[in-house]
Amino acid sequence: MDMPAAISASSSASSSAASRRLYRHRLPVRVMHWINVVCLTILLMSGLTIFNAHPALYWGQGSTFDKPWVAITAVQGPNGPVGVTRIAGHQFTTDGVLGRSRVGDAAAPSVRAFPSWATIPGPQWLSMGRHWHFFFAWLFVINGIAYVSYAIFSGHLTRDLLPTRDEWRNIGRSIKDHLLFKHPTGAAARRYNVLQNLTYLVVIFGLLPLMVIAGMAMSPRLDAVFPGWIEWLGGRQSARTLHFLAASGLLLFVAVHLFEVLISGAWNQIRSMITGYYVVPADKREVRS
Amino acid sequence: MNGATMRSGHARREPSRRTALRTALASAGTLALAGCDRLSRNDTFVDVLKSAEHLSHAAHRAVAGRKAMAQEFTQADVAAHFKGNGTLVPGDADYQALMRGGFKDWKLEVAGLVEQPASFSLAELRAMPSRTQITRHDCVEGWSTIGKWKGVQLSHVLGLVKPLPSAKYVVFRCADSMDSLSTPTNDTRYYESVDLDDAYHVQTVLAYELNDQPLPVTNGAPLRVRIERQLGYKHAKYVMKIELVESYASIRDGHGGYWEDNGYEWYAGI
Repeated sequence: MDMPAAISASSSASSSAASRRLYRHRLPVRVMHWINVVCLTILLMSGLTIFNAHPALYWGQGSTFDKPWVAITAVQGPNGPVGVTRIAGHQFTTDGVLGRSRVGDAAAPSVRAFPSWATIPGPQWLSMGRHWHFFFAWLFVINGIAYVSYAIFSGHLTRDLLPTRDEWRNIGRSIKDHLLFKHPTGAAARRYNVLQNLTYLVVIFGLLPLMVIAGMAMSPRLDAVFPGWIEWLGGRQSARTLHFLAASGLLLFVAVHLFEVLISGAWNQIRSMITGYYVVPADKREVRS
Repeated sequence: MNGATMRSGHARREPSRRTALRTALASAGTLALAGCDRLSRNDTFVDVLKSAEHLSHAAHRAVAGRKAMAQEFTQADVAAHFKGNGTLVPGDADYQALMRGGFKDWKLEVAGLVEQPASFSLAELRAMPSRTQITRHDCVEGWSTIGKWKGVQLSHVLGLVKPLPSAKYVVFRCADSMDSLSTPTNDTRYYESVDLDDAYHVQTVLAYELNDQPLPVTNGAPLRVRIERQLGYKHAKYVMKIELVESYASIRDGHGGYWEDNGYEWYAGI
């Protein structure tokens, strides 16, 4: 089943769900999407274990230990250590979550940046976190190259992801609709909307490649491909910062993505990314007549 | 049905569905995390994870070959203070004695699969041709520091002892005991190893000076090795002996280094 099926024409009578059933996501897209979900989840969580080993970020080549731009640590309080987060000179008490938190059933909390429920492995174990991270990094990159190649050669990129001129022209309305939690119905719901497309393009061709390149810049061996190339990112510690910022951007994307999936017919959306079939929401006009 | 009834009927259904979903997700999340932690203790699974190390090493060699150089910096880039990490002062009696004597009795022993085993004093090493390099030290923890190192190239020393064709790895034996003070039957001292690509690399230097001063004890006095295309834990401090071997599998726990025996990668190019 290769070509998306057309919606059967319906005139005045309200269209049935069956006639609005559309083959929306092809098998390669679905498979690579779920591989990506697993990879990115594990990469994010094992990445936090790695970050926890030195929970401070800098800019430049060397670490300016006395002035990180962000640091998660613990300060001495009247009753013991208190977890804090420092950003650009400001300090916030984040005890219980960031800086100090309880690991598993431990009686006393431990001083650690990100809590054990956010890291893989749970208890701080740098060498193991690295094994998870680098294995799934390879899987992610291989899957990513497969996806981009597929998207280009199958026409998925040009047909489904690139906004049409019409969609560009109506971008203002799309922004308004999104803010009002209004979702397309009928024929308009057959395609990804323009904001969706722009977001996906920024993530696929901007954020994720930046994360990979910044990750590679942290490798002392890969630095030697062309000595000094990492200066284009600002240096090794800038690469570490950029890698962390891109990961945060990705987390924000995932949060918005999940939110949109949940409020635009969660089961219909999730099912379509599993089976490929999506029931296009009926036009309000059709339903009422 | 008026709006109030609709609203209250709605209110009764929605929270319980949402609560059920939230509980289900939280339980699934907890189970997944517990599952991941169990997987981390499964040898077969961890072997699969570790297979990525070989892939990375091969890919890196393909794009940054044997002779690819780590970036070198200028004097202006040198940090005011070079952080010490790991052992800061070895507690071992033999090292303490050497340290008190200013390392004048210290000798670097070079042995193993070589034609002419030898040992060199600090003065002899200093008399050999030297290389000065300003490079960035990248710790596996995530931080970096730029320092200026001066020392003799390992390749020069290897040229003096003439490794045999069977020699495949260079092992660095250090003075500092790690988990507990070493005894004759329990050697816990730091050790590391590299292959011949890194051993003969131009930037692989046995450093005796840091930032124009004799190498401080904190940073590995009297000699530490620089392996500039790998992470900091490969740059063994307090080097006492260099051994040429065919394989590191029969040394200590067999993974080629102290941190490797504790789960870290032998190939520390990333």
